Amino acid sequence: MDHVSFSVCPGEILGVVGESGSGKSTIAKLITRQIDPTTGRIEIDGQDVTKLSGRALIPVYAKIQMVFQSPAGSFDPRRTLGDGICESLRNKGVPKAEREAKARSLLEQCGLPGEFLERYPHQVSGGQCQRAAIARALMCDPRVLIFDEATSALDVTVQKQIIELLQQLQKEKKLAYLFICHNLALVQQFCDRVVVLYDGKIVEQGMPDEVILCPQSDYAKRLVDAIF
Amino acid sequence: MKDTVTVRVQKVKKSGIKTRLIFFLILVAILLLVTLFANQIAPYDPYAQDLSRSMLPPSPEHWMGTDRYGRDLFSRVLVGAQTSIFATLALVGVISLFGTVVGTLCGYYGGALDSVVMRISDVCLAFPGLVFALAIAALLGGGVSNAVLALAVISWPKYARVARSQTLALKNSSFVAAARLSGSTSGQMILRHILPNILGPILVTAMLDIGTMMMELAGLSFLGLGAQPPTAEWGNMMSGGRSMLQTYPWLVLSPGFAIFLTVVIFNLLGDTVRDYMDPKNSRAR
Repeated sequence: MDHVSFSVCPGEILGVVGESGSGKSTIAKLITRQIDPTTGRIEIDGQDVTKLSGRALIPVYAKIQMVFQSPAGSFDPRRTLGDGICESLRNKGVPKAEREAKARSLLEQCGLPGEFLERYPHQVSGGQCQRAAIARALMCDPRVLIFDEATSALDVTVQKQIIELLQQLQKEKKLAYLFICHNLALVQQFCDRVVVLYDGKIVEQGMPDEVILCPQSDYAKRLVDAIF
Repeated sequence: MKDTVTVRVQKVKKSGIKTRLIFFLILVAILLLVTLFANQIAPYDPYAQDLSRSMLPPSPEHWMGTDRYGRDLFSRVLVGAQTSIFATLALVGVISLFGTVVGTLCGYYGGALDSVVMRISDVCLAFPGLVFALAIAALLGGGVSNAVLALAVISWPKYARVARSQTLALKNSSFVAAARLSGSTSGQMILRHILPNILGPILVTAMLDIGTMMMELAGLSFLGLGAQPPTAEWGNMMSGGRSMLQTYPWLVLSPGFAIFLTVVIFNLLGDTVRDYMDPKNSRAR
């Protein structure tokens, strides 16, 4: 990654597109502090989190959550979905009954019946698992959600349902999304603003319609040509 | 041409892994029960000497004959099992626990700790195992606990390596990242998510290791570095009868057969556990 600078405003959906190896997932990992930047700053809600580590990051994770690419891989195979969803509140010491009630209502908001709390990851489909992952991300009432190719492992009909769910949740909860994706059509219909990455650099950013209909940089032109 | 592809599904043959597992578990349970109650089962006092009855061949009275002090070999093999089997189980328990803890911490935290500990384990692995154990046992002096300690020093790296590689693979998985984002501390992540998921391979390694460790422990005793006479232990019983192998073969054959039987049973159980844990067999259970 090299000289990448952008911000996500409250309630905004920012799309990040680019080919494999362009650094999309690296951005997600940097923001959630799974890896350390060599230089630079990461601010969440005005707080510099670049130098935080260990326990100091726990309050940060109450504001920012992430949904991963592989649906089944993002839940511990030996624990129920409910365990995974409730983990953040369990770590905060919220009583069992209370956190399970919240998990149940969030699961229902995400379009899954409450009994999915008792299921294991291998017992549910990819789309159901991804809905559970969204519920898990919402458990601690974050302000920003990062989606790292969260819909790319799903088939198109399920993908459409998940996008509709995300739009609805975004309106209800006034969330900001950082939507990492390589599907330009999806970005065009779903995002408010888009950043195009190539080889670790931002080559273009702007409104999705502008970027996709009249791309300025060479790479963005090629990317658009390759698809349409 | 009518059909291009014809599919006819017959009932998929169920493999008998579970039956085998239960069978060997029962055998091991019998073995352990006999060992546990060896003192009650043994027909004679394993330490009572009677020189007038020395070197008797196997007979209905003495199933495995007697040794040069007239002690009943069957009773000594039974009671010797307590030393041999329990020391082996203790050894495997200690090294698998220690190796797993060290390996998991190294894999999880990486960095300087990982480099230092893994170089130490390389050093342990660089020596031929039994030779290194001999040196340590000789340094510490004889005795079962010293022999166990010597073997533990050379054997833990295997478990540390298994645990470390499994932990490294899990550390980068999405669910561990998700647990971190859920505000779990490192300790919580290791206990809740990593250890339960690496336990399978560790258990299989431990089961397959029991036979080997039993042989090595008996080997140290045979060389006089493990259990000391007159303690009944299979290795030193074989050692005691070594010089009379041609004239009184039962002195060596009785404990030898006991070792053979026990090692085979534990190895077969280990193989079965490995097959059972193999994810490719998950449908056949």
